[in-house]
Amino acid sequence: MYKYNEFDEAFLAERNAQFRAQVERRIDGSLTEDEFKPLRLMNGVYLQLHAYMLRVAVPYGTLNSAQMRTLALLAEKWDKGYGHFTTRQNIQYNWPKLRDIPDMLDALGEAGLHAIQTSGNTIRNTTADHFAGAAADELTDPRPYAELIRQWSTDHPEFQFLGRKFKIAITGSSNDRAVIMAHDVGLQVVEQDGKTGFRVVVGGGLGRTPMIGQVLREFLPQADLLPYLESVLTVYNVLGRRDNKYKARIKITVSENGIDTYRAMTEEAFMAIRGQYDGTDQQQLEEIKTHFQAPEFRSGSTETFDTAYANDPVFRAWADTNLAEHRKGDHAIVTISIKAHGATPGDATAEQMRVMADLGEQYAYNELRISHQQNVILPHVHKNDLPAIHATLKANGLATANIGLISDIIACPGMDYCALATARSIPVAQEIASRFDDLKMEHDIGHLQIKISGCINACGHHHVAHIGILGLDRAGVENYQITLGGDATETAAIGTRTGPGFAYDEIVPAVERIVEVYMAQREGPEETFLETYRRIGMEPFKAALYPEAQKKVA
Amino acid sequence: MARAFTPKVITANDLLEGDVIYFTADDSWTRDIEQAELITDEAVAPLRLLDAEKQNIRIVGAYLADAKAGPNGPEPTHFREDFRRTGPSNYFHGKQEAEANV
Ligand code: HEM
Ligand code: SF4
Repeated sequence: MYKYNEFDEAFLAERNAQFRAQVERRIDGSLTEDEFKPLRLMNGVYLQLHAYMLRVAVPYGTLNSAQMRTLALLAEKWDKGYGHFTTRQNIQYNWPKLRDIPDMLDALGEAGLHAIQTSGNTIRNTTADHFAGAAADELTDPRPYAELIRQWSTDHPEFQFLGRKFKIAITGSSNDRAVIMAHDVGLQVVEQDGKTGFRVVVGGGLGRTPMIGQVLREFLPQADLLPYLESVLTVYNVLGRRDNKYKARIKITVSENGIDTYRAMTEEAFMAIRGQYDGTDQQQLEEIKTHFQAPEFRSGSTETFDTAYANDPVFRAWADTNLAEHRKGDHAIVTISIKAHGATPGDATAEQMRVMADLGEQYAYNELRISHQQNVILPHVHKNDLPAIHATLKANGLATANIGLISDIIACPGMDYCALATARSIPVAQEIASRFDDLKMEHDIGHLQIKISGCINACGHHHVAHIGILGLDRAGVENYQITLGGDATETAAIGTRTGPGFAYDEIVPAVERIVEVYMAQREGPEETFLETYRRIGMEPFKAALYPEAQKKVA
Repeated sequence: MARAFTPKVITANDLLEGDVIYFTADDSWTRDIEQAELITDEAVAPLRLLDAEKQNIRIVGAYLADAKAGPNGPEPTHFREDFRRTGPSNYFHGKQEAEANV
């Protein structure tokens, strides 16, 4: 795992000292809010509905146990005892006081964490496959490249005031767990003629005008990564619209100019820039790679695991849903659900963070991950340790066996916290999860992703959900629009709207009706919701959702 | 046709705590919407907002929010202001918690 060197530490300390002085000057009145706001945003500090919010980056979702304990400390000492993990591999604190935030940043800095570029019109935290370095289907660990991008983009003078925020995601597997198709730039590590490089996708994004990215380059050699990215951003900086905030994202630039023009201009800029890269970035990359060596995996029989799996149905149910295939056969990847039925998706208490940190230290070679699906992952676990891990999780309310199921919902903070929201998201997620838990149907329903956003900004990824829910304000009351058929993987698709929205108390029954159609129409338990939807189309779902409209047509 | 003016309160967030505050008739700030000044005159509203914004050192983002007269003072008319008045619905935090501790 990447370790900060002295330069990084000094940089963070200096940056935090700067911000501390800015906070003081705001408090004593020498800075107005207009002057202070861009400065606080550069350090991840928002002002939300009821309080400030601090957004902390977890670079490419990777952290060690000490860092997880620091996140717990912040929650306990300066917040209300919990934090909220987000779809961008960040954690948000919802209740800090302005005066305390410099202390929080210092505590983070000491643990090698920070909040830089977690907001503002700059290159945000580069996100990665949360199974990176562990997955059986992986070609190469993408995180060294993500770290290289982070070092290059942090405080990059040209890219601090882009037209709009800029998000890069990277995966080393052909199974896309990083949603690269819905990012400004998506990178997939690929191999060609024995050489490592990248498939580069550009112009994806959700929000007001959701779009799936397009391929800019089928193969980019590894050594060209930074000059090429620099070219992509330079073209965006020149071509990107600044007249209208809603048209400023690169997805609009690409679609207005066409992918061929964008490609031609990028290649031209690349020709000009390439020579300025003298290979130091590649030396830097080699140095970074040494920090991402796989741990020395234990080996040994998996007898303890096999016995528990055969004899304990509760353990088996958990193992079947929450484990993923590790590249080493006697190991597994554990996803810890922080989506207990009826709880706030993505919230973990300080105590739970410590439990997970301890498990990481004791059983997972001191590594943890945050997934964009708002869960926590132990990437490398010997199978024999799984029964003990499960027992600890169970004792701490962390053993919910629902990964990938209907209650594993992504939900943005919505109107309960977010100043931009037009409706609530969290209670909708809570009620759906509780309802299907009561019905005891969720394992039977199988793989189904529900994602909820409280406004069109789409932080909850609802466009790429199998069932997407968007909260809106209709004449002063909460109203929820449904989309079906979205897909966040390598076969990415934007969902289609079913029709008019539903009132707050109608939304859970509406989701139930959608699920009933699926259960009645599927060809068998192996056919997932998404497959059934793709086979039968929208009409049967519409008929169930809007029986009145159907009657009128008849 | 221009919409008819509806009564307003002036609301903002406190600079230090970040929590929701309301402007009172005597140019100070309260955490309780019922203590706020209910502005019923369309011509007065922008002037009062300017008065509130003069206190930039203590507050952030003052704006006019719809409200109506209730038995104990102003009440919000939109659900957003209602959440700002109470706190989030997933935890008993924010104003609802603070008031319980009084
Ligand atoms: C509560 C504070 C938040 C604010 C003020 C905020 C603001 C925004 C805004 C303005 C956009 C639209 C960007 C655009 O289209 O140009 C956006 C999009 C997004 N945000 Fe947030 N957000 C917040 C929280 C979150 C959370 C909690 C998550 C994760 C759960 C998140 C992840 C995202 C994602 C994934 C998108 C869409 C990606 C895209 O634009 O292509 N944000 N956010
Ligand atoms: S989708 Fe809207 S409501 Fe939800 S967090 Fe993003 S900006 Fe806030």
